[in-house]
Amino acid sequence: MYKELRSHIISLLSADTRLDGRKLAEYRQPITVEHGIIKTAEGSARVKIGETEVIVGVKLEVGEPYPDTPDEGTIIVGAELLPMSNPEFELGPPGIQAIELARVVDRGIRESKALDFKKLCIKKGEKIWMVIIDICPINDAGNLFDAASLAALAALKDTKYPEFDGEKVDYKKKTDKKMKLEKVPIAVTVIKIGSKFIVDPDSEEEKAVDARLTVSSMEDGTLCALQKGGDHPLTMEEISKMLDIGIEKGKELRKYL
Amino acid sequence: MSYKNRIDGRGFDETRPIEAKVGVIKKAHGSALFKIGNTWAYAAVYGPRNLHPKFLQDPQKGILRCNYNMMPFSSSGERVRPGGSRRSKEISLVTEKALLPVLNLDEYPNSVVDVFIELPQTEAGSRCAGICAASMALADAGLDMKDLVCAVSVGRVADKLVVDLDYSEESYPDGPVADIPIAMMPNSGKITLLQMDGEVKKEELLKVMEMGKKALLDIYEVQKKALKEKYQGVEM
Repeated sequence: MYKELRSHIISLLSADTRLDGRKLAEYRQPITVEHGIIKTAEGSARVKIGETEVIVGVKLEVGEPYPDTPDEGTIIVGAELLPMSNPEFELGPPGIQAIELARVVDRGIRESKALDFKKLCIKKGEKIWMVIIDICPINDAGNLFDAASLAALAALKDTKYPEFDGEKVDYKKKTDKKMKLEKVPIAVTVIKIGSKFIVDPDSEEEKAVDARLTVSSMEDGTLCALQKGGDHPLTMEEISKMLDIGIEKGKELRKYL
Repeated sequence: MSYKNRIDGRGFDETRPIEAKVGVIKKAHGSALFKIGNTWAYAAVYGPRNLHPKFLQDPQKGILRCNYNMMPFSSSGERVRPGGSRRSKEISLVTEKALLPVLNLDEYPNSVVDVFIELPQTEAGSRCAGICAASMALADAGLDMKDLVCAVSVGRVADKLVVDLDYSEESYPDGPVADIPIAMMPNSGKITLLQMDGEVKKEELLKVMEMGKKALLDIYEVQKKALKEKYQGVEM
């Protein structure tokens, strides 16, 4: 990170503004959510937050349940930081950045019980639906966490089961049966730079991050997943403030789904 | 057995509907989206930029590096496992060879031009769609080029010669099939990609390639229009 850019960002923040003129707790606009864009997926969505664009596709496969949860299906979340979407991403197996992104999205859905895993059971102890959620950034202009989380939910909401005759899945035939979202957790990543808190960082701001906290919350403000990142520690007061921002902005983002 | 009508009712020399747009990925130096029927290809160009590891560098000229990748949800069957397959590596290679003849990289020694091709959804003809998108993205990046590159698959389904095979034609059960992806530099008419799987006579091959040329020139017009559209409304 260039020192000059960082100190410039900090001096802007102390005047309550940012590189692109936004307020500290303001998302880029426009925010758009499109459902059902990919015909080959069982469910899909494209989310844009400003110039950041993410596509999420859901595929459904039939598998065997884990022995300890014989009547529950499961989700698998994958994220590929495509080198197409950012000059700093490289080809190759998912690095730690991609793994963290996938895990944060996974926990937001899993721990909030957004999906009822029991409803994914086809035959107890034998066959279950595996819901495979893949995150593909098209243009990474910052804040993939929030965009990917929102897109994953939107894609699940769009998901229809393919036909399954007990032996094989016929992907050519989608049934009318839709996947039901029991809960809608919304992830908001709150960033600390210097002594200020912002949301929805752009690429430059992401490089100046001291600490970040991704807050997944429900409509009533209940928290369902958290992830702290960044090199700096946080005080209890700071965490409390970041949670407040996360919950409040979550209510705003929820409207786009 | 005679192959009478195409599933979507188009003529044997007609492509599926085509859409193209450039500048779709702001982070990239050049980018494009090319859609042909249900097959979509994004391409993003980064570079010329430093090439690492160093032993890959060419002190005489820049090199072109292409990567073709299907997104995990892009196939109508099961999920495509992420990471390169042998198929995607081979397609990356032939894509590179299809594009290289139009590029002049003499001015960029020790550098690389990276082309990333990503397919969000596919239904036959994905390597050709990728090449069309990549050539537009290279032009959008402002690289020195002799020509664009247009690509389409041609072939034979039972007794008919056809342009732009769809999935049902590639796996037509009642007769021999030949699938022939071709790419052409539209101004010189030279061929930069030629592959073939199936059965076809030499005369048929040459005839269907002529049929393909007409479709390729139509694709060329779509590509040019998309490139010009980006600058519409810009004061010269």
